[in-house]
Amino acid sequence: MAHITYVEHDGTSHVVEVADGVSLMEGALSNGVPGIDGDCGGNAACATCHVFVAPTWLEKLGERSEMEVSMLELADEYRPETSRLACQIIASPLLDGMRVDMPATQH
Amino acid sequence: MATQPDTNPDDLTGEHRTRPNMTWPFPPRERPDLPDLKPETLAAYLTTAPLDAVDIADPMWWEADVEQVFLKRLRDEAPVHFTDVNADRHRGYWSVTRWEDIMAVDTNHQVYSSEASMGGITLFDMDPDFIMPMFIAMDQPKHDVQRKAVNPIVSGPNLAGFETLIRERTAEVLDCLPRGEVFDWVDRVSIELTSRMLATLFDWPQEERRKLTYWSDISTSDPELPGNPSKEERQVILMGMLQEFMALWNDRVNAEPKTDLVSMLAHNPATRNMPPMEFMGNLVLLIVGGNDTTRNSISGGVYFLNQNPAEYDKLRANPALIEPMVSEIIRYQTPLAHMRRTALEDTILGGKRIHKGDKVVMWYISGNHDERAIENPDAFIIDRPRARQHMSFGFGIHRCVGNRLAELQLKILWEEILKRFERIELVEEPERVPSAFVKGYKSMMVRIPA
Repeated sequence: MAHITYVEHDGTSHVVEVADGVSLMEGALSNGVPGIDGDCGGNAACATCHVFVAPTWLEKLGERSEMEVSMLELADEYRPETSRLACQIIASPLLDGMRVDMPATQH
Repeated sequence: MATQPDTNPDDLTGEHRTRPNMTWPFPPRERPDLPDLKPETLAAYLTTAPLDAVDIADPMWWEADVEQVFLKRLRDEAPVHFTDVNADRHRGYWSVTRWEDIMAVDTNHQVYSSEASMGGITLFDMDPDFIMPMFIAMDQPKHDVQRKAVNPIVSGPNLAGFETLIRERTAEVLDCLPRGEVFDWVDRVSIELTSRMLATLFDWPQEERRKLTYWSDISTSDPELPGNPSKEERQVILMGMLQEFMALWNDRVNAEPKTDLVSMLAHNPATRNMPPMEFMGNLVLLIVGGNDTTRNSISGGVYFLNQNPAEYDKLRANPALIEPMVSEIIRYQTPLAHMRRTALEDTILGGKRIHKGDKVVMWYISGNHDERAIENPDAFIIDRPRARQHMSFGFGIHRCVGNRLAELQLKILWEEILKRFERIELVEEPERVPSAFVKGYKSMMVRIPA
């Protein structure tokens, strides 16, 4: 399990407990966190769960797949260093306390 | 997990079944011998016909709105299925009908190509004598570069700037509608709103906006259907479109960059040196993309609410349901019924061997009704949980670029409708577009009670 802090573009933050093995996109959707849509259901295929992850946390995540990079590059506000798709980040105790920031819009 | 039905060894060793490119004109369509073309007759046939005997790409099924009968059978009995009927017209195609299999194809652009010169993105190959390259029908890396050139116009911040304008236009159109009188919703509202929006995006003269609708219709029209322009006439009409847009391009390429699509294409290093046919291709893409799709979702909403009066009551009681309803309308309509890919190498999909060069058709309209992925998919439910999870915009790198604009247009439309009209009554069944690509309405007669 991991406590994840989702921060909306206007600064509003939501702390959610995400069970091990569950994606951060699913964690947001099932807890009503606004700002994450997850239109494709977790296939890195729509880029509507775009988040920014601080470099210290990025190290704890795996590499981005080619598909994830392709989709992120087409998203609004793409930041090559810190952009991730929340559906590709899977909760585990290692991520307890992690913060993710959301862009103004998901596109 | 994608479908893995029992694999028949014959399927894995089968001969290459896709035929070479067809030459124009096509031979006549093979059709079943039916007493009449009433929807009930066609639906009854599709319920029992052998799967291998049906060419679901025949516009006849779509005009009668009966295709779901057959697509459901494919999902259940043959989720990745090769159609050979009428192969001398379309050279044979794979139908992919389950959500998971469609997702597998849509997200595998390395194997499944969209390239125009291989036929492009619709079941019927792009006219080989008139190839219009456009970014939806390109693979990486060129696709990404060109798509990024138009992306900013439909990005979140830019859309926020459009909202007031869209609301004013919508109000204007709705305020002009007659009361107590029968009129065509498609012409008076759906086409009117989408053509105004398109003219704005291109900074095209508003008084000539219906030209955009006309070109959109021409570019997707079937030259074989009576009344439609022939293949040659179509080329002439589209060349005329190019000429008019070239004039705008020439004005804008030497002016300060503005925020309309023509100016964006003319100034972006990725697109400013496009050959004329490629400029035309991208125009057609943006015109069809912004026109046919939203138009038919605008009409579809009225139809579905009339078919589901309890949902209409729910909406009137709670306008906050507009947002999920918009997604549900887009799912239920699926204004583009399919997208097609061409296999770049031999591969396996759902236990079937796909050969290099095969046409693979992703029936989004079937994925959107797949009970394996969507609960109670045949019901129109305006407050459906997770309504956004539908396939109508496609997935992967070719996902619709204008989806947010479409949603915004529909949301504003229904907000403005609810402010004004208690009911929009359907007076008869709508007339539908005979096409396995554009799922839509030619006309829809309605009345707003006086």
